[in-house]
Amino acid sequence: MTALTMAKALNAGLRRALEADPKVVIAGQDVGKLGGVFRVTEGLQKDFGEHRVIDSPLAESGIVGTAIGMALRGYRPVCEIQFDGFVFPAFDQIVTQVAKLHFRSRGMLRMPLVIRIPYGGGIGAVEHHSESPEAYFCHTPGLKVVTCSNPADAYWMIQQAIASDDPIIFLEPKRRYHERAEIDEAGTPPPLHAARVVRPGTDVTLVAYGPMVKTCLDAAEAASEEGPDLEVIDLRTLSPLDMAVVDESVQKTGRVVTVHEAQLNLGLGAELAARISEQCFYSLEAPVLRVAGFDTPYPPSRVEEEYLPDLDRVLDMVDRSQAY
Amino acid sequence: MSDASGASGEIELVQLLTPEGVRLEHPEYSFSGDDEEIKGFYRDMVLTRRVDSEATALQRQGELGLWASCLGQEAAQVGSGRALGKQDYVFPTYREHGVAWCLGVDPVQLLGLFRGVDLGGWDSQQSRFHLYTIVIGAQALHATGYAMAVERDGLVGTGDPDRDMAVIGYFGDGASSEGDVNEAFIFASSYNAPIVFFCQNNQWAISEPFERQSRVPLYRRASGFGFPGVRVDGNDVLAVYAATTAALERARSGSGPSLIEAYTYRMGAHTTSDDPTKYRLADELEHWRLKDPIERVRAYLTRSGSGDEGFFADVEAEASDYAADLRTRCLALPDPNLLDLFDHVYAEQTPYLAEQKSKYAEYLATFEDTGPEAGLGQAQPASSGQPQPVYGGGVH
Repeated sequence: MTALTMAKALNAGLRRALEADPKVVIAGQDVGKLGGVFRVTEGLQKDFGEHRVIDSPLAESGIVGTAIGMALRGYRPVCEIQFDGFVFPAFDQIVTQVAKLHFRSRGMLRMPLVIRIPYGGGIGAVEHHSESPEAYFCHTPGLKVVTCSNPADAYWMIQQAIASDDPIIFLEPKRRYHERAEIDEAGTPPPLHAARVVRPGTDVTLVAYGPMVKTCLDAAEAASEEGPDLEVIDLRTLSPLDMAVVDESVQKTGRVVTVHEAQLNLGLGAELAARISEQCFYSLEAPVLRVAGFDTPYPPSRVEEEYLPDLDRVLDMVDRSQAY
Repeated sequence: MSDASGASGEIELVQLLTPEGVRLEHPEYSFSGDDEEIKGFYRDMVLTRRVDSEATALQRQGELGLWASCLGQEAAQVGSGRALGKQDYVFPTYREHGVAWCLGVDPVQLLGLFRGVDLGGWDSQQSRFHLYTIVIGAQALHATGYAMAVERDGLVGTGDPDRDMAVIGYFGDGASSEGDVNEAFIFASSYNAPIVFFCQNNQWAISEPFERQSRVPLYRRASGFGFPGVRVDGNDVLAVYAATTAALERARSGSGPSLIEAYTYRMGAHTTSDDPTKYRLADELEHWRLKDPIERVRAYLTRSGSGDEGFFADVEAEASDYAADLRTRCLALPDPNLLDLFDHVYAEQTPYLAEQKSKYAEYLATFEDTGPEAGLGQAQPASSGQPQPVYGGGVH
């Protein structure tokens, strides 16, 4: 067992992937000597060389577009997009090319790409550095979307994503990069596309992912004194969703609150609400309620703590659920 | 065309065969093949044109949804396609039917995409001809990345002709304005990738003339990115062949990227949905008709005595037979089964999509007793007799 931050855990996972398969390459802005602006790739270029850890020109479409070409020749590129708000120049390549080539070719072509994107707010950043763009990617057939909430998942999930023959959008909650936890490197990880109950409870289910998992765990802890017993689910995989874990929980609790930083309208919570109401209709004691970012653009950072869902807003929604 | 302010000097154009069919010398480029090879180019171009005109006819008759004609660009495509070595890899736009021909891609598979039975049905890895890319310029980056991988695989500059390879990325004058094409130039230059950027400047991006895209000749842009560029007469198959051969060899040897601007003309519409009479003059078309890529080769072969009337008649007859057969095979292309398509979204199918597929199959099964026609009316009450391929495809 080793205690690592999420950034170090990702680094260790990338290192293992580079060691395991010579076709794995990393590409992105500043991923080489600097080790990335969050130091996730620190030391990798020194150990694996410039041919495998590639400092790219400053052009996101170029990073993803050239990675497609490398994937067509059997490589497994891991692209780093420096910040969530900068993925959009690459959006065309991701949505029109990466996502479709397997389908277009009826499986003759594979796109084993991983596109890593630090996402979410809470670090006092300037504009375009705090976005939560996951719904765009989840809405695109051909992509798979995952996000880690803790160092151990980060360590395993990045390796599983790289091993996947499907293109994976890998979202890293940047405000959790420096949180530390024990990792059992000899352990066996759960499958990549599996949700997990991270705190069992009986009264209300909280469904969260990425940065909001810790917020929900904190809320559950706060409530445990005299309030409801909250079950917390870490989705881990956003596309495909692992609804079996969610359904089982909701059938037990009858009440569910979804929580994400991304804007409310047409966010993951909306899809979860639809799916839960289809599958758990007779178990529900209350409508599926959603806590999310407001439907404004991401605000100036001085008010981001107010904008982002926090413990109080989660517990307020739990109260509303219980009031039905 | 007029030069832009700030761009100095004469615009150079590599030409080895005049529109009248006269061979020219050039200080840098030459065609060293014999007349048999030129007869082969002639045949390739005539067959490409015949396939193209058959496809246009099929579209007019409602058998294709759309066709993007390559009429007038046969020399640019056959000249570059025939210059490819046996390891070289191609990233086309959606108009490179002549290059596809050179690489042995069955034209009926090109038609499949435009008929709407598939999204690109050929085995791109086996044919070394990537699927057509319809998003303008996106493939320039794929070609560059592929070339970066070739370099990583150690297949550049070994001096072994059975080993070294290059990549060629096609695009048009319109695409030269796209960010992806410019990013591709930057990546290729920065990593010294073994790639040839092959721009067919056919003068028109749908309705917009070349001057809207660039105020300098396109080949000169290359120097700003740090690699050489050359403009060739794109209707001169010998010049295109010579310039492409040299550029590919440069790439294979490890000397990096280069740009070829094949100066040509789109004799047809952008696609069968377009009406060029709204934006360009018939005079311009007549001007370019005199520069026809096939006629000049025929004139040369006639003059040199290598091609007699029997040869030309044989090629015509072969083209006619080929087109008739192509038509038959196009009409026989089976419609896809929507249910099958669910299985191709991912390499590893997701439970959710598998469930959607099975629910849809169950839904289709509810029509079994009454047959697809009765089921059609039930499922699509508003469709009032319009054919509904999704439901009417006979999935049972």
